[in-house]
Amino acid sequence: MSLLNPLFLLTLLPVVAALLIMVGGSSARLLARTASIGMLLVTGSLACRYDVAAGGFQFFTQFPVSDFLGLNLSFGADGLSLAMLLLSAIVTVAAVWVIPPVKSRENLFYACVMLISAGVVGAFASTDVLFFYAFHEMALIPTFLLIGIWGSGDRQAAAWKATIYLGLGSFVLLLGIVGLYLSMASADRTFDLQAMQHLAQTGSWHPPHWVYWTLLIGFGTLISLFPFHSWAPQAYASAPTPASMLHAGVLKKFGLYGMLRLVTPIFPDTILHAKLAFWGIEISYLNIFLILIVGNLLYIGLVTIAQKRLDWMLGYSSVMHMGYIFLGIAALNLLSLSGAAILMLAHGLSIAALFALNGILRERTGTLDFSELGGLAKPMPRLGLLFGFAALASIGLPGFANFPGELMVFFGAFHAGAKLPGAGLDALQITTVIGVWGVVISAVYMLRAYRNIFFGTLPARWSSLADIATVPRCAVILLLAVLLLAGFCPQIVLTYITPSLLLP
Amino acid sequence: MNPIYLEVFVVALGIVLLMVEAFVTATDKRYVAYLGIAGLAAVFAATFWVDPKVFSSAAPYASFYTADAWAMFFKRFSLLATILVLVMSIDYAPIVERFVPGAGKGGGVGEFFALPVLTCAGLMWMVSAIDFISIFVSLELVTISFYVLVAYLRRSHATLEAGTKYLILGALSTGFIVFGITWIFGVTGETNLYDIAAALPKLDPGLHTALLFGFGLVLVALGFKIAAFPFQFWVPDVYQGAATPVSAFLSVASKAAGFVVLLRVVEPFLGFEPLRDKIVAILGVLAGATLLYGNLAALPQTNFKRLLAYSSVGHAGYLLMAVASLDGSHDGGLAIVFYLSAYLLMTFLAFMVMALVSRSVGGDDLSHFAGLARRSPWLAGAMLIAMLSLAGIPFTAGFLGKLFVFGVAIEAGHYWLVTLGALTVGCGFYFYLRVVREMYWRPSPDNAPLVTVSVIGGLSMAVLAVLIFVVGICPQSVFALLR
Repeated sequence: MSLLNPLFLLTLLPVVAALLIMVGGSSARLLARTASIGMLLVTGSLACRYDVAAGGFQFFTQFPVSDFLGLNLSFGADGLSLAMLLLSAIVTVAAVWVIPPVKSRENLFYACVMLISAGVVGAFASTDVLFFYAFHEMALIPTFLLIGIWGSGDRQAAAWKATIYLGLGSFVLLLGIVGLYLSMASADRTFDLQAMQHLAQTGSWHPPHWVYWTLLIGFGTLISLFPFHSWAPQAYASAPTPASMLHAGVLKKFGLYGMLRLVTPIFPDTILHAKLAFWGIEISYLNIFLILIVGNLLYIGLVTIAQKRLDWMLGYSSVMHMGYIFLGIAALNLLSLSGAAILMLAHGLSIAALFALNGILRERTGTLDFSELGGLAKPMPRLGLLFGFAALASIGLPGFANFPGELMVFFGAFHAGAKLPGAGLDALQITTVIGVWGVVISAVYMLRAYRNIFFGTLPARWSSLADIATVPRCAVILLLAVLLLAGFCPQIVLTYITPSLLLP
Repeated sequence: MNPIYLEVFVVALGIVLLMVEAFVTATDKRYVAYLGIAGLAAVFAATFWVDPKVFSSAAPYASFYTADAWAMFFKRFSLLATILVLVMSIDYAPIVERFVPGAGKGGGVGEFFALPVLTCAGLMWMVSAIDFISIFVSLELVTISFYVLVAYLRRSHATLEAGTKYLILGALSTGFIVFGITWIFGVTGETNLYDIAAALPKLDPGLHTALLFGFGLVLVALGFKIAAFPFQFWVPDVYQGAATPVSAFLSVASKAAGFVVLLRVVEPFLGFEPLRDKIVAILGVLAGATLLYGNLAALPQTNFKRLLAYSSVGHAGYLLMAVASLDGSHDGGLAIVFYLSAYLLMTFLAFMVMALVSRSVGGDDLSHFAGLARRSPWLAGAMLIAMLSLAGIPFTAGFLGKLFVFGVAIEAGHYWLVTLGALTVGCGFYFYLRVVREMYWRPSPDNAPLVTVSVIGGLSMAVLAVLIFVVGICPQSVFALLR
């Protein structure tokens, strides 16, 4: 129990920054930028200080909160949480530094951005499941304000839809977490993540199946699993740039992180072997999950191709890419889970870069409609180049971190499928094949968007548009540089992540 | 010190205030409220010097009065609520003056400050009552003083309507409780709750239906007090019509005391095995219906007071869910205590901000809050905190309240109630955030007047807002008071 614990301070930093910004006068921008750099420095130094050989949760501290339900506020980080913390810090820096001058209520704007960042950092640094949940939920409200006040398009509808959807989804998740707690023998009831995982690994604890479903639906709603995805594209399209960067890039990863922390270690048998029987038809839980994943990959993929505006297309693409990560989770072996974890990181960085560029385009041209845009590579060559990089990363071209992630997921998932007699493929392998086609789908919509916006004839009114400014350019380059680094040397990330992934 | 003196002090304080008001000639009657606040604060401090051990079971009053940890907790709760009501009344005094026919400035306002003190004494007795007779008497003391308070602004038609409704329905519920007590007394021959618990196992099984009938009637009467469906229909009109401090008082203190009585009454019946399942089923249905009605009816409201009224019905539903999950262990009771404490903080904060805004803007519709965040960022911030806590966002008291209540309900296996509760939480997100939308998204009207805040009002709001976070992060602070 130490107030000087680095993770506790890291969580406190953006909260304090937000409070200072609210009471402070005119220096909101400077404060937020300083705080974001501070967060990056702290997480960077933590990653260096983390003892990879020893593994496990380090920098641990605990504050008792209540005897009732045995609540503790506890912080700790292992390789996986460090990777996610680093992602949060990098995206926060990029998000804060790309913000153009805010026209009204600048202080509230920056305070909201810092609070979202506090929510994600707190969630990834918590080792108490209840506070892990609480930090994420806390980030909903600044998102609501950001979209509602500074959003574009039909911002009010978007803010409502996302907030109600996510609020309800996270409440279902909360019920699942309480269900987990109450399903333990009353002597070892705890919300402590490590104790829960330990209990599940020793095989002495088998929570009921309804808990699995509430967790899957709860996390699924937050991650935009088909068919609980419909809040996402609209919210991302309407949100101001830093909100969509942080939300799509990091906040959504909270759900995936939760799946890797709670669902895969505690319910491996339920995911793989449980069956549902109704009206004489028997269907395994895994197959239901896979059907939803195909919905994400194929249905949402096709919907993405049909989009006519860049912001909506990016929103849908971020929904679609969740399908790969879900596939890695469903296959449940070391290779696929590691791939899923890398993809979380890679997708967070690439979608944040895309939304940052999307915001700059919207600010410059005032429209994101493909039919109106064209030829912008001429006045804005740097923006075009960066967009090309980000789009290729998002497709999963070799060299970017998305590529090893997708590759590991596909190999792992195909390998996990049972070899059926003859040339038959089982459900997992069929889904993998569909997933490979998903890459083609994302190439189609990304490259089409790239062509429509940056090539072709340039409307005369945009012939003298200014190119991307230096500060946002550096922010996007930071995101892309990390993507490239992790893409060429995924082993750096894997040494951190893989030991934290628990297998049955 | 013997705990029975606490109520004596409060009654004496009320009488002194009335006398002072009658004989002092100052026209600004707000000093009565300041005196009341000081007196109640002194009694509040005195509760910590009370020694329950003074109390022996041989004392003549021990058969109808208890000073257990619960009673002490809710005595403090009632005192705190009354102090907050007086603080609100100070800022509300100009409106009272406008709507009360009286001789010149300050006429007829003094009683408005003295009556809540007498109500407080009734509330304090109510939470100590363990005999049906003392429950009835204290309940009447509270209800009768509320008849006067609700109808206080006699020149306002809405208030008169509210007063009439509250009077008629209050009298009706009194009839129900007396009739119910008669049936229970007829079956068991006892009015003391512990004696009833002891008498139940010896009961002839043929009398079970009669007992259940009597219990049902008492439940109806308490349902009126805590605003449970289908006995909630007075709530929106009365809250809207009554003076805002009175609405807050009704919404928090009256409801909390009603729940304490309900818990005490339900306990012997839930412990009686042959009827347990039926009573749990009745409470469960009551909880589910209250949850659904309160939260669904709140969705389309455009008046803020009515919104808070329906939300108060909805919160009664969550509390009833915990009552239906009581199983003799301590947890259900703790969850209810915590929820009520959180409810006190967030509801009073919401009512206080609303009273200030509606006084300066001249109305209490949601649209009157448009752009409040630009005009008065601090007030809007306080309201934001209250709304987030009511909706159940983490790190506020309301979140832990909901967590504990749902935990108790899942443990008791009420899965359908929990599912229903999850849906209504989603509704709650919508209608509480609507207030946030008005304050933060909407532009401010050009001619909106500035909202002025008195020092004591601003201080109380700041304390409430901070306490919402303190309790939400450190719930142990509430449980510690229960020892």
